Amino acid sequence: MNDHLSGLGALLLQYDVLGAFWTNIQLTFWGALFALALGTLLALMRISPIVSLRWAGATYVSVFRNTPLTIIMTFMVMGVWTALQIQLADDFQNNFFRLAVVGLAVYHAAFVCEAIRSGVNTVPLGQAEAARAIGLSFLPAARLIILPQAFRGAIAPLGNTLIALLKNSTVAAAASVSWETSSTMKTMIEFNPNYLWEIFAVFAIGYVILVIPIGLLTTSLSRRLAVKR
Amino acid sequence: MSASVLFDAPGPRARVWTLVGNIVGALVVLAVAAWVLLQLDSKGQLEPGLWADAVSARTWQYYLIPGLINTLRAAAFAIVGSIAFGLVFGLGRLSHLAVVRRVSGTVVEFLRAVPVLLMMVFFYGLFGQLLPGAQDKAFLAVVVALILYNGSVIAELVRSGVGNLPRGQGEAGLAIGLTEGQTLRSIQLPQALVAMLPAMVSQVVVVLKDSALGQLIGYQELLRTGQIVYSGDGNPLQVLTVVAVVFILLNLLLTVVAHRLSRLLSSRTSGSTAAGPGIGNPTVVAGTPATGGTAPV
Amino acid sequence: MRKHTMGLLAAAAASTLALSACGGAEVGGEPEGGSSEGAGDGITIGIKYDQPGLGLQDGADYTGFDVDVARYVANELGYSEDQITFRETPSANRESMLQNGDVDMIFATYSITDERKQVIDFAGPYFVAGQDLLVAADNTDITGPEDLEGKNLCSVTGSTSAEKIKTDYAEGVQLLERPGYAECVTALSAGQVDAVTTDDIILAGLAAANGDGNLKVVGNPFSEERYGVGLPKGSDQCEDINAAITKMIEEGAWEDAVAANTEGADYTPNADLNPPTPEACA
Repeated sequence: MNDHLSGLGALLLQYDVLGAFWTNIQLTFWGALFALALGTLLALMRISPIVSLRWAGATYVSVFRNTPLTIIMTFMVMGVWTALQIQLADDFQNNFFRLAVVGLAVYHAAFVCEAIRSGVNTVPLGQAEAARAIGLSFLPAARLIILPQAFRGAIAPLGNTLIALLKNSTVAAAASVSWETSSTMKTMIEFNPNYLWEIFAVFAIGYVILVIPIGLLTTSLSRRLAVKR
Repeated sequence: MSASVLFDAPGPRARVWTLVGNIVGALVVLAVAAWVLLQLDSKGQLEPGLWADAVSARTWQYYLIPGLINTLRAAAFAIVGSIAFGLVFGLGRLSHLAVVRRVSGTVVEFLRAVPVLLMMVFFYGLFGQLLPGAQDKAFLAVVVALILYNGSVIAELVRSGVGNLPRGQGEAGLAIGLTEGQTLRSIQLPQALVAMLPAMVSQVVVVLKDSALGQLIGYQELLRTGQIVYSGDGNPLQVLTVVAVVFILLNLLLTVVAHRLSRLLSSRTSGSTAAGPGIGNPTVVAGTPATGGTAPV
Repeated sequence: MRKHTMGLLAAAAASTLALSACGGAEVGGEPEGGSSEGAGDGITIGIKYDQPGLGLQDGADYTGFDVDVARYVANELGYSEDQITFRETPSANRESMLQNGDVDMIFATYSITDERKQVIDFAGPYFVAGQDLLVAADNTDITGPEDLEGKNLCSVTGSTSAEKIKTDYAEGVQLLERPGYAECVTALSAGQVDAVTTDDIILAGLAAANGDGNLKVVGNPFSEERYGVGLPKGSDQCEDINAAITKMIEEGAWEDAVAANTEGADYTPNADLNPPTPEACA
């Protein structure tokens, strides 16, 4: 038993488990940043008075929300990099990392857009009417009145999207980011099958530890920042 | 609130501006599309032969359709298993025994926090040890991982479905002398299940998309068979596009079914069949906090 | 491009159809025809199903060098063509499938090692492969693993062969990992990686299946993998199998099989080590 435990300890030292988690955290951070920017833009397009932009935003959302992320990630390497020869960095590590970030961002932007739209849905009609009544046109009304309230109302769904993004960062394995958690776990299990349960427990608990604070934080934020009505 | 309340009914000048904006917007969209096509062309990716290979009868017959059948097979087993799992653990979370509630809650919260891919990799290794001769280990691993994750999502749907019913329903049950268990089984649960149906159909979209993760442990689903096509023909961009279109069409169909269902069923239950804040709000697919806080996967 | 995809096409179709035909969670069951393992009138042989040039499921048929040797040996042991049942033995399951009696013998790029000899027996070797590199046919600056410094290399996820190059030969090599060798070949054909690495005969099979003569095996193997016939511990068939292998080599059928399965790849096996002489049985 003691041998077994010390064997597990040696295993955790041999493979860079913390580094793997750090990779997923970085993927999540950059993915979330770009997804938030793109998703906000898409949400603006979808609620704008301009039909062509509304249509483009809606199309984007239904395309990317309905495509498996695994395909998008495979596409980043086999389509964008191999077929189109688009390179995002000279060295492979950075290149695949950035391709994976782009893949995560374009996929989750669709969900960010819908989360913000659902936040817009929480803003009462009177707010928009009041904004127009004081003479604001679409963009100023959106910037000063609608979006600030919408973001507050969207915190809970945005938090869910962030949790999903963190978990989905494991799919970067399909974009050849082979030093992230799911690939590291797979290699560890392949070469140390007698530690199958322990290895899985380590990685699963790692994710539980990362996910639960995000959930608690967004829940309390969404309560604290909720617009009292 | 629809988009139209964000701006006034336009006057003549605003109408001109909107028209200009429309044209400019359309031009921008077209310019982006044209740029993409130019990029594709400059890398020789518009070559008709590459696309023809990706959609040829042979590609469909020997690869994409067998792969699609495997995708659907995994999704079918997974969704049935998820519903069973979700009912058991959803009711477990509503149990009047504190121990059962706590255990169910812990299991559900744990499974919702662990990435599905990690579960697939784990079960693939586990079945390798338990069932050494099995040919279908990857299939089993995909189905079990999908059941555990989506089952725990459905467990949350069951719980919130019952919780969102008007309180009068439960009180009426108790008033006519039913026990709490009887009230749950014969009054609350049937209505909650009807109300949940659209959200469950939407969950099939998540199951279908996640089944593509099976590719990473060697399950021969649609993406994997697509990879075999382009491994031979050297047209990854084209084949992946075709595979993605198949998934998108399937999922759009499911979304339409979910919306129809929610309208159809709204008269049969005192619960809300709207699977999100407002029917027609596509966050349904991702799940929303209102229906148990699922997230896009 | 069409001709060489046929095999892959048929392989995928057959395996996926077989999967869907047996419908659902049928664990370890024989899809149809029942099992014949242990029965005196047939033989079950484990092969790879997904390795062009070595063991590939091609519709209802099986092709590749491993398969050809397996057929020859089985015939010599007195089994006719229709008494042979082939079964897939993925790398990770080979030992346990022998021990459980799922298969009677294995021809599946199965390297003879001391570690494995402790749990199973080997006959052969019937081929000596070596880790090598697959490059574009017009590439002249990569002649061995040392030349990969600063170059891009592709290998299969979880394989140790790429790590070996990184630690032993070229520290500055950049690694792309894909789930299957065929995707590595796609990246190589597109010019995004400079080389693909694994055993030379596997590379030759890939080149023959995918390259239209655009790819070549470097031909400078830097390891020695002796492919043996896996047998259950204590098997009494080792001598007979070795005799059959020797006969196959003497008759020239061995050489024909190598040539036929690597056609178009401009590949000749390492002549110092091939054809090998089977080792004495345990």
